[in-house]
Amino acid sequence: MLPELSREEILRYSRHLLIPEVGLDGQRKLKASSALIIGTGGLGSPVALYLAAAGVGHIGLVDYDVVDESNLQRQIVHGAGMVGRLKVDSARARLLDLNPAIQVEAFNEPFTSANAMGIAEPYDVIIDGTDNFPTRYLTNDLCVLTGKPDVYGAIYRFEGQASVFYAREGPCYRCLFPEPPPPGLVPSCADAGVLGILPGTIGTIQATEAIKFLLGIGSSLVGRLLLYNALEMTFEYVKLKKNPDCKVCGPHPEITALVDYFEFCGVPGLDHAESSTAAGWDITALQLAKRLERGDKIRLIDVREPHELAISYIDGAENIPLGLLAAHLGELDSAQEIVLFCKSGTRSARALEILMSAGFRKVKNLQGGINAWAREVDRNLPLY
Amino acid sequence: MPVVKIPNPLRSYLNGQAEVLVQGATAGAALEDMLAQYPAFRPHLCNDDGSLRLFVNLFLNRSNIRDLQGLDTPLGPEDILNLVPSIAGG
Repeated sequence: MLPELSREEILRYSRHLLIPEVGLDGQRKLKASSALIIGTGGLGSPVALYLAAAGVGHIGLVDYDVVDESNLQRQIVHGAGMVGRLKVDSARARLLDLNPAIQVEAFNEPFTSANAMGIAEPYDVIIDGTDNFPTRYLTNDLCVLTGKPDVYGAIYRFEGQASVFYAREGPCYRCLFPEPPPPGLVPSCADAGVLGILPGTIGTIQATEAIKFLLGIGSSLVGRLLLYNALEMTFEYVKLKKNPDCKVCGPHPEITALVDYFEFCGVPGLDHAESSTAAGWDITALQLAKRLERGDKIRLIDVREPHELAISYIDGAENIPLGLLAAHLGELDSAQEIVLFCKSGTRSARALEILMSAGFRKVKNLQGGINAWAREVDRNLPLY
Repeated sequence: MPVVKIPNPLRSYLNGQAEVLVQGATAGAALEDMLAQYPAFRPHLCNDDGSLRLFVNLFLNRSNIRDLQGLDTPLGPEDILNLVPSIAGG
């Protein structure tokens, strides 16, 4: 039995009730339905806002981060007054302000193989709005194993992807990408930047697909990958097929339970702090400052992109962007001590791997990057 | 000549190029021609045996070459190849 709509709800959703594909029964379906949104960041923000406004009766939010100033350029569910607060609390308050008639459950915890099944169990549709590969593979496998749709979106600078991975009807995420890239190959938004509106476009597409699924209407993105380019303003799609060798949704699956994805993806841990260097290869900002002060000969290599030098720079550092480092190895002397740095330590960790595999041994990674330098050594530098 | 379109996340390995004109009668030959132009890209795109790495897909006119004849998929002079890597930003 679908729930009835109150007089207030009939007025609130009148523009939906006028569409024959939704109508009164469709709106009652939405009221009875539930959606779990993994991540309340760039993608999760528009998804959560539109699902709440549309009257999805029960929304779950998973995140363990706090709202930061640098989130507000794109994570529109959060306001300036919520900086420093838990993202799930901030988002929950905003959703209930938007639509007090719905229920919003907040999970302030990392989404892991230990808790994912329990959290996701009551929800009809799962929306992948995460910012990392381990959680994307976890979300996919969870959806395959439980028969739920994984409404997928991912973004990079000006480009986005969206699909619905629903193994009952089509391919899953692993059919398309059996393995994640090695850490550092594809930089995160924190390192590479992202156009603030981009997650709005992709997240709105995810919300559309979720609503269509819950209503059972239209042609979904199952079996298709949408490719959006904001700079060229193009929407294209490519066809996806089930991979007969897929390790999780194929006829002979190797994965029959959720596994430890952090090792699998080569990610050191759950911490968002961006350092992936093994202990011993890091140098802190304070240690580096002391050594430079006492006159140690250290070659500082800044592996950020040239346009980032306009934001902040360390005097005396040479700029060799990560993508060009391999081609400039001949200019570096392995006998000389080298310290690599970037914005927050991820790209320089990748640079360290490149130098190590080329035989360099007197090389270190500035832990926390130039942002750590700005916090601990030169407070005149801006954080970004 | 066929064109390989390069998405933003991979452009740093190809001097920022958005597309590369290539020669070759198959998808594999076209990729080899691209890698001859940008050798630093090879370890990111291919395994040691020359196969595509599993986090990158190559689409020919909307179809994944893995669903066609793989790197042996024949190519016409006007064909467009799209490289689609996995991205994680959210």
